[in-house]
Amino acid sequence: MMRAVRIKGLSLARGERTLFSGLDLDLESGQAAALLGRNGAGKTSLLRAVAGLLRPQAGTIAFEGPDGAPLEAEIARAEGLHLAGHHDGLKTTRTAWEELLFQVQWTGGTEASARAAVERLDLSRLLDLEVRRLSAGQRRRVSLARLLASPRSLWLLDEPMAPLDAAHRAVFGEILAEHLAGGGMLLAAVHDPLPIPARSVEVGA
Amino acid sequence: MRAFAILLRRELALAWGRGGGPLLALAFYACVVTLLPLAAGRAPERLAALAPGIAWLALALSALLSLERLFERDFEDGALDLLALGPVPLEAVAVAKCLAHWLAAGAPLALAAPIAAVALGASPSIAPLLSVCALAGGLAFSFLGGLGASLALGSRRGGLLVAVIVLPLYAPPVIFGAGALDSLAGGLPWTGGLLFLLAYSAAAVALSPLAMAAACRNALD
Repeated sequence: MMRAVRIKGLSLARGERTLFSGLDLDLESGQAAALLGRNGAGKTSLLRAVAGLLRPQAGTIAFEGPDGAPLEAEIARAEGLHLAGHHDGLKTTRTAWEELLFQVQWTGGTEASARAAVERLDLSRLLDLEVRRLSAGQRRRVSLARLLASPRSLWLLDEPMAPLDAAHRAVFGEILAEHLAGGGMLLAAVHDPLPIPARSVEVGA
Repeated sequence: MRAFAILLRRELALAWGRGGGPLLALAFYACVVTLLPLAAGRAPERLAALAPGIAWLALALSALLSLERLFERDFEDGALDLLALGPVPLEAVAVAKCLAHWLAAGAPLALAAPIAAVALGASPSIAPLLSVCALAGGLAFSFLGGLGASLALGSRRGGLLVAVIVLPLYAPPVIFGAGALDSLAGGLPWTGGLLFLLAYSAAAVALSPLAMAAACRNALD
């Protein structure tokens, strides 16, 4: 179980352009941080760097288990975090249920937990539809189901609520609050404020 | 292991669902084989001599068909992020993808290859060896093809690039396989060619996943 993420002196570059440098961020169990900044400031890149998909130019990203014991980054990433962004990885020609179940099982959940997430996110009427027939908000709910169905402590979310309607934003706010209350951590790139108390981190200021 | 099975099942479902998978490859194979008599003339003895060779050529080309999208789709829609953050390393993800490609396209083609060769006039006695060669060669085609597909990730006109990267790597299995079949037809010892083919396939299966995983990581960065 991951208990903390410590980012020290992080610099990220895309091509020749440095996005930001010297970013420090500590996130501990139960805390949420909202990444703010203009378009192209590097919020998404920061999330991908924490997930290990981008190599930082400088600085370190470390994960800690209970009692501050360091976790091996590769294992922490493979078992301890969810990354959910604009590219949801849902195959348009398969049904919502096939894709949802794959994403849940791939990240360590079970069919029963997938069913529970379907109930919670109000997806049961959509399950038989092909993904290409879903609206942007419905697709987002399908791709968020794995957060609920396969418990992992660190959630890296990229504009998670942008396509959601008001009712589902409220439900998602409750889900975030429960995740934090259960000792989880949240790092989210947002333009609208999160529906939960969160520290603001300015990226690329 | 469970995660690997889950991924393999999904890749197979995607391969079957996308334009019929094996059916499309088989249809393409049938077209190429049918074109040969039209192009080379219909003298039976000449066709019979060409039959095993053309069976190989058609196999190699058919294996290229669906390769371009092997990693590209997952790269574009974000699924590769999810696969990279999964419970098994990217090397195993690459193995699952290539294995599914082989099961969906390579294996059915290997079963069709002897039928095509015999239809063109080759001696039925080569059919068993041709099946074995096509199965092993197809495995090499899928894994080397995956290597080309991962290296071409993110490039425009990826399909052509994959073919240019991959076709030279297809030369050794074609040489070994066609050599073994030639020897068998000529009554010479043929096991040497087959063993070289099997060794080449085994090396491709063992080594290319490492390169594919590195290429995917590079593309995601």
